[in-house]
Amino acid sequence: MNLFHIAWRNMQQRGLATILTMLSMALGVCMVVLVLGISWVITESFSRNSNVGYNLIVGARGGSLQLTLNAVYYLSQPVGTIPYELFLEFLPGDGRAEEIHRVGGKIEEPDRKGLYSPYMSGGFAIPVCLGDYFGRFRVVGTTPDFFEKLQYGEMNDLKYRFASGRNFKDYDAENGYFEAVLGAQCAAERKCQVGDTLKTTHGDPEGDGHGQAFKIVGILEPTGTPNDRAAFINIEGFYLMEGHARAFENPMHPDADKEDVGEGGAQLPPRLALEKRDITAILVRTGNPMFAMNMQTTVKKSEVAEAASPIFEIGNLFSNFVDPVRYALLAVTTVVCFVSAISILVSIYNSMNERRRDIAVMRALGARRDVVLFVVLLESLLIACLGGLLGWLAGHSLGAVASSMIEYRSGVRVTFVNTITYYELWLIPGLVILATIAGVVPAFVAYQTNVSKNLGA
Amino acid sequence: MLAIQNLYRSFLLPDQTRLPVLDIPHLHINSGEQVVLIGESGGGKTTLLHCIAGILTPDKGTIELDGIHITKLSEAGRDRVRAAKIGYVFQTFNLLPGFTALENVRLGMTFGTGKHNVARAINLLERVGLGDRMHHRPGALSVGQQQRVAVARALANKPRLLLADEPTANIDPSNQQKIIDLIRENCREEGIALLLVTHSMHVAGQFNRVQQLEQLNRVCQSTAADAH
Ligand SMILES: Nc1ncnc2c1ncn2[C@@H]1O[C@H](COP(=O)(O)OP(=O)(O)OP(=O)(O)O)[C@@H](O)[C@H]1O
Ligand SMILES: [Mg+2]
Repeated sequence: MNLFHIAWRNMQQRGLATILTMLSMALGVCMVVLVLGISWVITESFSRNSNVGYNLIVGARGGSLQLTLNAVYYLSQPVGTIPYELFLEFLPGDGRAEEIHRVGGKIEEPDRKGLYSPYMSGGFAIPVCLGDYFGRFRVVGTTPDFFEKLQYGEMNDLKYRFASGRNFKDYDAENGYFEAVLGAQCAAERKCQVGDTLKTTHGDPEGDGHGQAFKIVGILEPTGTPNDRAAFINIEGFYLMEGHARAFENPMHPDADKEDVGEGGAQLPPRLALEKRDITAILVRTGNPMFAMNMQTTVKKSEVAEAASPIFEIGNLFSNFVDPVRYALLAVTTVVCFVSAISILVSIYNSMNERRRDIAVMRALGARRDVVLFVVLLESLLIACLGGLLGWLAGHSLGAVASSMIEYRSGVRVTFVNTITYYELWLIPGLVILATIAGVVPAFVAYQTNVSKNLGA
Repeated sequence: MLAIQNLYRSFLLPDQTRLPVLDIPHLHINSGEQVVLIGESGGGKTTLLHCIAGILTPDKGTIELDGIHITKLSEAGRDRVRAAKIGYVFQTFNLLPGFTALENVRLGMTFGTGKHNVARAINLLERVGLGDRMHHRPGALSVGQQQRVAVARALANKPRLLLADEPTANIDPSNQQKIIDLIRENCREEGIALLLVTHSMHVAGQFNRVQQLEQLNRVCQSTAADAH
């Protein structure tokens, strides 16, 4: 009969106390696993999005973190706006001149190339306008390029696909400039389908409604990115809504803004002139990623706009915000484990009085002092480790059970196995140390037991 | 097999005085010999058995067991000798309540260096007539059955010396004889020396060698003299 067997029998003898202390350890470890799992899901969902498909965000001067939160996650209030002219500077090749002619407006030097076009090297720039809401969801005014040129996913190799409908068009014969596309979660929550219409509210979810309705022409497949939780409208339609033009000084004659129409729009209904346009941010992807850094420095030096690297900012966000929270939670759960280790200590220690005779008998049968000490330590170890295993299984099972909910909320697929992190390896030495601390006091009592006095006869 | 010379043992009382319990100039037991030890209650019989088993250390004197001076050994050394060479049957049986009868017997061979022989444990339980109760816990066994398990456990490690401290004191008379026979038979079969303590004259009468503690122990002689 080995010492494990003896420790096991001792555990059985204390039945209920063993089970309760084991469960408390299971609870502690389960919480550790859940905290690790949740922070893994957060990391995963953030890092998925740090590969947003563009390597520079240009926006109004201010905090680059806020700019990132704004443009990538659609969080917090917009920092401010930048003129549309600035966007034109990023268009590659002759893009600037073409855009000016297409849209029309009074822009100086309409035929020169964009200031930053040399950096673009085959990349692209996409304008976004934030500020309106559709229910609780942010409305993003942008161009069709958003879904045509941007890609997402860890490898940045996934194209946006439509669960139903299609991408919105710059101009549609039927809907004009007023087409919209919804992210998967936004569509599900607002119970919208292709063919429905959408009206935005200004400023915040409770703000005034705009009169202009947009026809929903497409609904995206879930992507696991913040774009699942947004509504996208044609930027041209966005500008035609009340209150969206710069220099909107005359509320009595909103159409005054639409008088300056370029030749390009001759056959189409008028668009808002370029010089009246403001945007929140420009999403830039340089063809050569190395150019992004140079571009960032140049833009920053120009002192007209902020340029932020989303990957850098998200990494920063992590180390400044997410990591401390994770460590705080881990500290709390570690305390829970510690408390359950103390409950193991108390429970075994309380049983020592009844066990003195048994220990004396084992000694009389030839067990050395260190053997009876080890049996008690082993008992504490078994309780802690079995409890830990139980909690570990429970933690990962909970994750697996909640996987569809988690995937819906964060886009991260959770299985029993994929939430297992290397950090969990620390549980093993952690539990062993805790169990040893818990076991050492009663084990010492066993070690000290006076054989002759406790044998009875 | 067992040779005791000038064994002296006293206990420190709470008032810091020493209570002498044992002062034995000489005791010798041969291999396979069966000795019964009788004496007044409080005379020091249990103390003597504990000293022989190495559970207590004498203040003075030597105890030689199977050629080993156990009084010169460390505690761990005495534990090892006890695990290998001594079987012990207690008045209160001292079975471990959480373990089955078979496991209790197996505990008897767990701490020694000898081979852990489950077949021998089963065989021993069959020999004491408990082949069908092997997987019962002590709580499910009668008092007589418990003591038989305790006998089997004491024999499990193939000891050279079996110490039995009033093994039948808690047992009804009809079972007493069975237990005594069981112990003596098994010791004879395996060539084990036996030192058995009893208060029963009936039991003592069955032994060839009856050792009276008062004759061995000078402490008893002096207290007896004081009384006169
Ligand atoms: N730990 C101890 N501390 C002090 N005195 C002790 C201790 N153990 C035993 N004694 C004393 O030693 C004496 C001998 O005790 P022991 O148990 O050896 O007697 P015994 O012959 O076995 O008696 P019984 O027949 O009643 O079992 C007694 O007077 C007892 O009070
Ligand atoms: Mg006694």
